[in-house]
Parts: sequence; C-alpha cells; structure tokens
Amino acid sequence: MSSLADVGRHVPVTIASVDGERSFRRRLMEMGLVPGTRVTVTNVAPLGDPLEIEVRRGRLSIRRHEAAHILVTR
Amino acid sequence: MSSPSSSSALHRVALCGNPNTGKTTLFNALTGSQARVGNYPGVTVERRHGLLRGRDDVDVVDVPGTYSLTARSADEQIALDVLLGVDDGGRPGPRPALVVVCVDATQLARSCYLLIQAQELGARCLVALTMVDEAGDAAPDPAALARALACPVVPVVARSGQGVDELRAAIGRALAEPPPPVPLRWTPSPALVEKLARVRAAFPDAWPVSDGLALWALASIGDDELDHIPPAVRAAVAVAAPDARDDDEAVLGRWAWLDAHVAPLAERPPDRRLTDRLDRVLLHRGLGLVVFAAVMFVMFMSLFAWADPAITLVEDLFAWVGGHARTALPDGVVEDFVVDGLIAGVGSVLVFLPQILLLFFLLGLLEDFGYLARVAYLMDRIMRSMNLHGRAFVPMLSGFACAVPAIMATRTMERQRDRTLTMLVIPLMTCSARLPVYTLVIAALFPVGSFGGLSTQSLLMVAMYGFSVVTALIAAWVLSRTVRPLRARRLPFVIELPPYRAPRLRDVLRMMWTKASMFLREAGTVILVCTIALWALLYFPRELPAEAPRYDDLIAAASARDAADEVTVLERARDQALLEHSYGARMGKAIEPAIEPLGFDWKIGVGIIGAFAAREVFVATMGVIYGAGDDEASLRDRLRDERTSAGARAYPPLAGLSLMVFFALACQCMSTVAVVKRETGGYRWPLFLVAYMTALAYAASLLVFQLGTLLGF
Repeated sequence: MSSLADVGRHVPVTIASVDGERSFRRRLMEMGLVPGTRVTVTNVAPLGDPLEIEVRRGRLSIRRHEAAHILVTR
Repeated sequence: MSSPSSSSALHRVALCGNPNTGKTTLFNALTGSQARVGNYPGVTVERRHGLLRGRDDVDVVDVPGTYSLTARSADEQIALDVLLGVDDGGRPGPRPALVVVCVDATQLARSCYLLIQAQELGARCLVALTMVDEAGDAAPDPAALARALACPVVPVVARSGQGVDELRAAIGRALAEPPPPVPLRWTPSPALVEKLARVRAAFPDAWPVSDGLALWALASIGDDELDHIPPAVRAAVAVAAPDARDDDEAVLGRWAWLDAHVAPLAERPPDRRLTDRLDRVLLHRGLGLVVFAAVMFVMFMSLFAWADPAITLVEDLFAWVGGHARTALPDGVVEDFVVDGLIAGVGSVLVFLPQILLLFFLLGLLEDFGYLARVAYLMDRIMRSMNLHGRAFVPMLSGFACAVPAIMATRTMERQRDRTLTMLVIPLMTCSARLPVYTLVIAALFPVGSFGGLSTQSLLMVAMYGFSVVTALIAAWVLSRTVRPLRARRLPFVIELPPYRAPRLRDVLRMMWTKASMFLREAGTVILVCTIALWALLYFPRELPAEAPRYDDLIAAASARDAADEVTVLERARDQALLEHSYGARMGKAIEPAIEPLGFDWKIGVGIIGAFAAREVFVATMGVIYGAGDDEASLRDRLRDERTSAGARAYPPLAGLSLMVFFALACQCMSTVAVVKRETGGYRWPLFLVAYMTALAYAASLLVFQLGTLLGF
C-alpha cells in the first residue's frame, strides 16, 4: 500500500484510509476523500507541489505532505 | 447597518452552498440591486443580505461558501450561526424559515454533503440546482433528485436568469407549507447515541434539540477558536470525549448514503474538455509560468502605471477645487482649514479609488474565470515556505503599488489567520508612495557614480525593492512562528480548481462597487479625520516669536513693489518659520534625542510625523521646513548643504541610507492602519502592526547608522 503522494499521474487508485490529526483528517474526509473513493493525480504544479487530483468529478489541489496521509491501493 | 430581522413579519431565507457553485450570481439574481453588504462582527467575512425581488417580507442572507458546517474557527462558525439564527454577538435571533442550498449539477454528490448537514440540523431546505447549462444532458433529473433528498429541487441558470422566477415561486411555496421531517440518513452506533444525548442535554434553551446540532458540537468543539459556545456545552463535549471513530461514523455515514442514493442520479461525468485544454497551457511547467508572469505583470502595471492618469485627475481636481475655495474664502484659519484640511483630506481618501476599482475589477475577472485558484496552486510552493497562503501572492504583489487596495484584496483568502498574516506583511512592500521619498534622498545625499555599468543611484532603488520583498517574506515567517493567532495550523490546504467560466461583468462590477463604497464609508472617514488632525498639528498655533521678522508687512511691501521673486522668498520664509513653531515641530524636537542615534535631526523628525498622512508628504514637509517650497531641486541642494553646528554634513549618505531603511520598514501610513482596522474588525491588529513595524524600523535604522559609523562610512 502506498500513499497518494507516491502514485504517478493518471493512475486511478482507491483510498484505503486517511490518517493524521483528528480535525485534519475530518476536513479531508468531508471534502469527499473517504475510504473507497477513486482518486487520480491529474497534474503536478510546475514547482513540484501541490498536486492536482480528481475526486468525485471535481478537481482539488492538495499538498504533497497532506497527500502522504492518504493511503491508497491500486 | 439596518437589521431587517427586527421586523417579526419578515421571513429569513439563508442561501448557502460550496464555493464555486454560482451562489453569488444566484444571490444577485434573487435580490436584484438592493442587497446590503456589511460585516459579520469580529471576522472579516462579508455579510450580504437583501429582500427577495418581488417579496418585501422575505430577507435573503448569503452564507459564506463552505464545504461543511463543521467549524474550528470563528469565520467557519458563521455558516452554522446563520442557520441557527444566532445573531451578532451570540444572541439568539430568528432562525431562517428556509435554507436554499446551491447544488452544483456537475458536482452532485459533493455539493449535497452540505445539504445533508443542514437537514440533520432540522432546517427546512430547498435545492437550487445550479450549473445545469454546464452539465448539459449529464444533469440529474430534478424530480428524481427531489425524491431522493426529500426536498424541492429547482434547476436554475443564474447567469441567464433561467429558472430564477421558478425558484422565487418555490421559495414562496416552501415558506407556506409545513416542512416534512427528514430522518438521519445513517444510523449512529449505541456509543455515539449516548454521547449525542449527553451533549444535547447541555444545550441552552435557545438551541434546537437536534441530533444534528449535537453532532456538530462533538465534531467542532475541542481545540477550537469558536465564539460564544456555552460553557455547559463545552463541558458536556469534554465528558463525551469524541474521537476519530465518531467522526468516521458521521462522515462515512453521510458519504455512504450520498454514494448510494445521489451519485447514481448523475450518470455521466461533466464535460471538462475545455478546462483541461486551458489547464494544459495555464498550468504547464514552462508556458504556465510564462502566462502567470504576464498576467501578474498586467495586474502590477495597471495599479502602478495605468491607474496614474486617474490618480492625477483626482489630485488635479482637488487642487482645482482647493484653488477656487482659496479665492472665494477670506484669508485666515477657516480658509486654510477648508483648503488644506478638508478638501485635501477628502482628496486623500478619493485618491485611492482608481487603484481600488481597478484591482477589484481585475481580481473579480480572474476569480470568476477560475484563475485565482490556479494562482494559489502555482505559487503555493513558494508562499508556503513562508507560511503564507498561495492566494497571498496577488495581494502582496499589489502591495508594490499601494497597501490599501492590497490589504482589501486579502479577502480572497477564506481563513482569518491567512488574511491577518498577509495584511501584516503587505505594508512592508515598497509602495509607490515611498518612491518620491527614495528619489529625493538618493538624488540629494548619494554621490553620482556607477557600478558595473549601472548608475549607483538606480541600483540603490532596485536594492530597496529587493530589501522590501526579503523583509516581507522573513516577517511572515517570523510572525507565523511567534504570534499565536498567526501560527500555521495543521489543517489541510485543499482548494478546488473550478472549471474555467466566462466572468459575468455585472457581478464583477457589482463587487467592485461594493468594495469601493465600503472603503469610502468605513476607512475613508478615519483617513479624513487623521488628515485633518495632522494638518492641525503642523498648522497650529500659527504664532511666531516676538523677535521674528514681520513677514506679512514685508510681503505686502514687496508685492506693492511688484517684486514677485521677493514675495515668493518671503512667503517661503514665513511658512518655514510658522512650521518651525508648530506643535508638530515641537514634537519633532521632543523626539530628536530618540532619533539622533539613527542619524536624524528634528527636521527629519517633523518630516516623519507629517509622513504619517502619506509617505510622499515627507517631501512636501521637508520643502516647507527648508524654505524651498515645492521646488525639489532647491530642496535637494539644501539637504546636501545642510551643516551641523560642528560644520559637518548634517545628512551624510549613511544618514540617507538609514532614512530609507526607516521608510521601508516603518508603518507611517494612517490609511494602511485605517484599512487594517476595518478589515480585522478591531484595534488589536492595527496597533500590533504599528508597534512591530515601528520597532523593526527603529532597530534596523539604528543598526545601519551605528554600524556604518563604526565602520567609518
């Protein structure tokens, strides 16, 4: 199992778990990043961070170190 | 601001939704042009409300865009407060009779999360299904969605006004009918049920007895910055000891229901081809940064150069009005007050309008187009290293032109902490008002020379710009690490990158006008009062010592002889003498011992006091104090030739450098202070701003002058 920060672009993955401090992970989950959700990293910002991800038909920008808290499976 | 909630016959309707769901456009369409804009107390979040068009008994309140009602900070709490009818300062007021939730047809499940939370609180809801034009045939069937959500659904295209009449009619119907009870969409575990009951029991009478609100309290309270939470509720939450498992139950429960019942209604994903194509260029590793630099250059130039004709026009207009007032009024204190205090003061407020209007026009276009979110995405890496928000980039860049519109532009950031931190460092950027000061000091006190083919004087100017950027970034980093309310939180920085959309000119112009009128109303009055106070400080007592020459008689005699040059010289000498004996000059002399170690004498002290009106006023004050009037060339000569009693140069280049460092770091701009006061809703942050910048300026100038002297410069 790897984290969302490590998957390549355009590789669809499924969220296995979200960890981190309570209000941090709740915020991510309330935006729809819950276990079982399909996510794809669609782009990386020109300076290497943050990532652009597609989740639930929307595009979000998320920092690498935050994405590292989201564990995913292929 | 008047409060229509005082009228009991009035129905309050709350309009809420995720960011980028077309909520503002819909609000404008529902209320027409009569909306009122104010502030929520204590936080800089705009509070917009207005009567529903065609109904003078329905007041629509625009709730700030949010993804969830769960709150951790006071600005996030606003959404819940509006839904609960908690009014300014925590007093219970009328609960909204209806909550209209904007649901984006292209983001169906994601935007229904908020609706579910509102329903859990027991709110009567109505869905405005927005962006149906964008969704095209991928839009869900409104009837099926209404059945699933157990509330009316009205499809609208707010931009064209399509469906808005139907929505107004539906609001009227919903207000007339009793709401159907909506059960919780998920089943809490026995352990959670027990916690909910415990928290619910501690609710004050004014709060609705609902599991939804108890859930909100369990999720929100604890390690928070919320306002007016009753101690009993806090205590009950502490005893219940909610943990991540409780969050999981509620959040996952809602999503499971949404995935099962709502997501299938939108069968096909929305068409994002246009946005994807644009992003391939605008977010491209090389090209994206080039476009970004070009866009920022245009923004910068528009504020720095293109606003100039309008600024000059305002200045000329007020000089013209002042000139006419001077001829019309009899000579004396009243004349000087009206011309130099009142008219100049109103002018000093209105002179900000061109930049404010222009900045918010461009910001509105970029925000509506979807590019501001991309700016945050592109710049986050750099800004984050200083603990700043990616969206702080545009306000900080605008700070090169003027801190006042730049500070107002911090509202594009949703968190109070990010806004405050940005506001505190913007005044360090080299604004255009510092340029006349730098130009004077560099031209007067530094020798002409060249370094690597470039003139030292222009290199110094560039160095001052560089210095300001570095200090602003370092200040942001230090402040975010030392000042508790500014500390970076561990909350995720997740922002949405919305599809590109054509900006709607009417909404942009409306927002621009709102900003400008709020500035005039709230900051303008403070600036006017300060201008008049500073004028009085340098004007009164208007007396000369007995031994002074009788300037008025001498001037009268000279003008009788038609000796125009002599009149000018005498008038300058008189003004110089009057200023030297003003209260401001006495203050300058009083602070001389304090500023002497920086290399300044009392004359510079007076200039610094006068510069509080606006930095460029320094040049004019020095002109009067050196009897040079508005002749800058002669002022430069006099500054260069000024000698101390010991015969040395009063202002060696080192004193000039110290002075420039002081101007770079000191917060001597009351307009900035007035705007920070207005944007933070109190005196705490503006006072802190003045204190930290003054301390920084003093310490840095002291260091420059003392170290320089020690090294023999």
